[in-house]
Amino acid sequence: MTIKGKAYIGGIFEHPARKLGDDISQAELHAVCLKGALDDAGLSFKDVDGFYGAGDCPGGILSMIDYLNLTNIKHIDKSYTGGSSYLYLVAHAAEAIAAGKCSVVILSLADFGRRGTVVRDRGEGIPDQPFEQPFGPVTVNLYAMAAMRHMYQYGTTSEQLAQVKVAASHHAQWNPNAFLKKVVTTEDVLNSPLVADPLHRMDCCVVTDGGGAVVVVSPEVARSLKKPLVKLIGAGESPKDQMGGHVDLTYTGAVRSGPIAFAEAGVKPSDIKYASIYDSFTITVIETIEDLGFCKKGEGGKFVMDGNLISGVGKLPFNTDGGGMCNNHPGNKGGITKIIEAVRQLRGEAHPKVQVKNCDVALAHGTGGSLGTRHGSATLIMERE
Amino acid sequence: MATPYQARTLKAPSLNEGDAPFFEGAVAGKLMIKYCNDCKQYHHYPRPMCPFCWSTKTEWKQAKGTGVVYSFSISRASGPIPYAIAYVTLDEGVSMMTNIVETDLDSIKIGQKVTVTFHPTDDPKIAIPMFKPA
Amino acid sequence: MATPYQARTLKAPTLNEGDAPFFEGAAAGKLMIKYCKDCKQHHHYPRPMCPFCWSTNTEWQQAKGTGVVYSFSISRASGPIPYAIAYVTLDEGVSMMTNIVETDLDTIKIGQKVTVTFRPTDDPKIGIPMFKPA
Repeated sequence: MTIKGKAYIGGIFEHPARKLGDDISQAELHAVCLKGALDDAGLSFKDVDGFYGAGDCPGGILSMIDYLNLTNIKHIDKSYTGGSSYLYLVAHAAEAIAAGKCSVVILSLADFGRRGTVVRDRGEGIPDQPFEQPFGPVTVNLYAMAAMRHMYQYGTTSEQLAQVKVAASHHAQWNPNAFLKKVVTTEDVLNSPLVADPLHRMDCCVVTDGGGAVVVVSPEVARSLKKPLVKLIGAGESPKDQMGGHVDLTYTGAVRSGPIAFAEAGVKPSDIKYASIYDSFTITVIETIEDLGFCKKGEGGKFVMDGNLISGVGKLPFNTDGGGMCNNHPGNKGGITKIIEAVRQLRGEAHPKVQVKNCDVALAHGTGGSLGTRHGSATLIMERE
Repeated sequence: MATPYQARTLKAPSLNEGDAPFFEGAVAGKLMIKYCNDCKQYHHYPRPMCPFCWSTKTEWKQAKGTGVVYSFSISRASGPIPYAIAYVTLDEGVSMMTNIVETDLDSIKIGQKVTVTFHPTDDPKIAIPMFKPA
Repeated sequence: MATPYQARTLKAPTLNEGDAPFFEGAAAGKLMIKYCKDCKQHHHYPRPMCPFCWSTNTEWQQAKGTGVVYSFSISRASGPIPYAIAYVTLDEGVSMMTNIVETDLDTIKIGQKVTVTFRPTDDPKIGIPMFKPA
């Protein structure tokens, strides 16, 4: 069985706010995003028969279904792999729809940004925690160790990493909702303070409040809607970890999730006209584009030079909304915005300055957790029908 | 640039069942790692069941305590003082998360030879293995 | 059997954004519930968006404060003292989770008419609506 052609993205919504006050609850923010995506699709909440969520559902998925008074739910899924959760959820929705379990699945991200970079106690009974927490692991230094090793092993440079941020800023200038709209230079990135060597502040994504939502529907429902048809044709997922002590920080779970998705979709990396690549940090993008096969392993740094990630300029237009680097990374999770911008590109709804011409096949990839210890990778491939 | 090493006050982690030999070993000045008697491989972090063959015939062994830096990062914004988080690949073949200590943090290099050193925590029964230049 | 009602000390719940009118109303002796001006229905617990039509055109209204016991249970092992948890269906048509108080707990019956009464918490701004026999 395959999901290819069995499910469509019917609706999308990205909350326009990047900073929210204390007058809106997390549950209400979910509701606003879900309503926005259903309105975009032209569907009612009464049409919904599948509800999926991640770790940001306050009270868990059952509290959210109660809050929203969804009375026709036949299928639920709560997959939580950090910021990539939402790509997993879309894939799982497509699988459930393909299996005939439901026909309209909604899923949302709604959260508030957590500033700072402090060591957190993750809870009780976590097997790895006693062997890591004493050493001060935080999100940024775990990604930084991946960057350090990638530079050592492949000669990747800080200037190359900076191109990811520079390209994202070129796109963000056209997005009126972007958190950072200013175009930045390589020097701006290299002159920003080191947060965790070799990553500078501008190698890191923004911290924003907000969210978004996606509606996944069956082919029958999709054809009844007024929006351009965006069809899921491939999905792959893979966790990656420390492998019992055989640590290798130079690749991501995309080495497995990518080929699975490409095989199911029946397309090659060269067929992808636009890619949403999870950009928690600049190194995330470099490793991911290698692992997805957009360039040879170790050549991600060279690949991103010369504006190759900039729409209208380079070979692989990426994150044309400005990405997590500049636009939005709501609640420290960038997965939902990756899906949303890929759908905008396929519908032809991206900003005219960044819209990719004849964008018929697009990819969205999520990396949730940490490149250093454990992360969940998920790849979606979509096609305009 | 020089970033002198400053000792951090270490809070003892909450241990799970079976973890104690690693931390008690560190108190006694020994780096203890797990070895599987079925597939004859070391693993880390330590588990009761070998992650490579799922055998439960695992035992604690004292590692030599020497290795090389696999990767590292100087965290400059996460604590009151900068510190070097690292993965060190032990001579036994497994890599462990640790800190590099007792050296100018800006002099740390991938591939550098390091040797274990043990740092106390606020619990006298629990110490933490870290590494310094060999 | 008789199980005399004993007052419990109530800790104020942690409120979410938008919840305050319910609890401040209780502190002022008013039972406040949400009403949707689009679909003309009350709902409970209170939400900014009507759960029946997803309209945000909702407002707080003061309920009459009378209703009937929909169901209940005497919790005899959960706290230091027995207490009666219940759903009460208000005259406005919605049922709310609550406690039945100020009566022999063993006399409570489904269908019994009850009337609201307000209990203080450890936060003077937050009261809790409970119900007693009418």
